[in-house]
Amino acid sequence: MTPPEILIKVTDLVFGYPGRPLVIDGLDFELGSDELVGLTGHNGCGKTTLLEIIMGLRKPQAGTVEILGKKCTEEKHFRPLRPKMGFVFQDANDQLFCPTVADDLAFGPLNLGASRQEADQVAQKVLDNLGLPDFGPRVTYDLSGGEKKLVALGTALALSPRLLILDEPTNFLDREAVARLEEILRQLQLPGVIVSHDVGFLDKMVKRRYWLEKGRLTAV
Amino acid sequence: MSALGGTVNFLSRTDPRLKVLILVLWSFLLAFVQSRAAAWVGLVGSGVLYAFSGPQSLIKGLSRLLAINSFLIFIWLTLPFSFSTPGTEIYRLGWLALTQEGLDFSLILSLKALAITLGALAITSSSGVFELLAGAKGLGAPEKLVALCQLMTRYISVIGQQYARSRQAMRVRGFQPRTNLHTLRSYANLAGILLVRGLDRAERVRSAMLCRGYNGRFWAKTDFRLKFLDLGLAYLTLALGLWVTILDAA
Ligand SMILES: Nc1ncnc2c1ncn2[C@@H]1O[C@H](COP(=O)(O)OP(=O)(O)OP(=O)(O)O)[C@@H](O)[C@H]1O
Ligand SMILES: [Mg+2]
Repeated sequence: MTPPEILIKVTDLVFGYPGRPLVIDGLDFELGSDELVGLTGHNGCGKTTLLEIIMGLRKPQAGTVEILGKKCTEEKHFRPLRPKMGFVFQDANDQLFCPTVADDLAFGPLNLGASRQEADQVAQKVLDNLGLPDFGPRVTYDLSGGEKKLVALGTALALSPRLLILDEPTNFLDREAVARLEEILRQLQLPGVIVSHDVGFLDKMVKRRYWLEKGRLTAV
Repeated sequence: MSALGGTVNFLSRTDPRLKVLILVLWSFLLAFVQSRAAAWVGLVGSGVLYAFSGPQSLIKGLSRLLAINSFLIFIWLTLPFSFSTPGTEIYRLGWLALTQEGLDFSLILSLKALAITLGALAITSSSGVFELLAGAKGLGAPEKLVALCQLMTRYISVIGQQYARSRQAMRVRGFQPRTNLHTLRSYANLAGILLVRGLDRAERVRSAMLCRGYNGRFWAKTDFRLKFLDLGLAYLTLALGLWVTILDAA
């Protein structure tokens, strides 16, 4: 087996929204290619903010972000790396912007240079994996909250990412859907970060959990 | 099938590019019609198109049509009386004169308005918005414009839901609209929060697109192929269009 690679490495991260106390204050974090970790913390402690910094969607005031071994400071560094980190937003409405589910799933692969036919094939495969085989022609705004959430995960999976970054994936899911999500994640065997308030879910899915408070991480 | 899951019918199975083209040309043609006969034929033609847009409830269609055209009432209330050039007077009530020219003009205007909206109704009710947008793009409409319309249609329902939810939240806390400052301020807050949330959402949607490798290109299905059925629709509307043109020229 190849030794684990460092997928994400952030050091001495500092971030605050203008005119407010710092949300992230000297934070260090490392994700190896062999681990799926959990991230918890009180509402508003900065979990989503941290993920957005890792994705390069917010610029930290200080500190470094390294993704897949590459130092990222500017938009152009993050751009090619983002599709490799399957990021699923807290609110699925933000993620699904295409008319139909099939269009939305095909969007990522098309951006990566796939032909329409290939993209449609990827979309169908993802839907099969999610257990929603005939959702392709469904209109995205007609889906239920839980269905949206699963399809949003699908849009990340359609990119064949190296890792997953999920912001509260179990929101709006009933127990059955959570079970399906657990099954999907287990089959994928992808490393990554899961933000969740659902301790039961995290205990089943991850080996390690971090607690975010006062801008820093502690292992629990 | 239409993108909104409507029933399958003649119009819904035809090429969206053709439908967009028909929508534009037919509306323009009718807008320029001058004669009463041509306007009548236009209305009949739109009716034929509407009939081809599948089994629809007549009452629903009529009520939609009337709702869109409710402004015609004002035309009928004013136009027949307000012809400045002295025409053939039919009836006089004090200083109000009803003229034949005024009546004719109102009738033609109404027929045209009804014909255009009925035609548009036939096209739009037999195809999803997104399908028509894809059709417009297939005809060479600017990508940015199509993307803008596409996102707008997608999020208008989200904003609508947000509005409904905020209204509910206001009501469960005992809000009742009255004519006072509190009511005005509450509505201003509601409008404000919708705007702020809309802006916020736009930013997050952009982020989500960036995360999936978005690089400025928007993808819509455009691999259309003309079918036998499309030819039929093209001939039908061409015939209707010619009929209207000839009548109007005569
Ligand atoms: N765009 C913004 N502008 C200003 N402040 C913000 C913005 N987004 C978040 N905040 C603030 O930053 C803090 C962290 O927000 P963040 O969304 O990261 O929290 P979170 O840990 O994800 O919370 P939750 O568990 O509720 O999702 C909160 O106090 C929040 O009010
Ligand atoms: Mg959050």
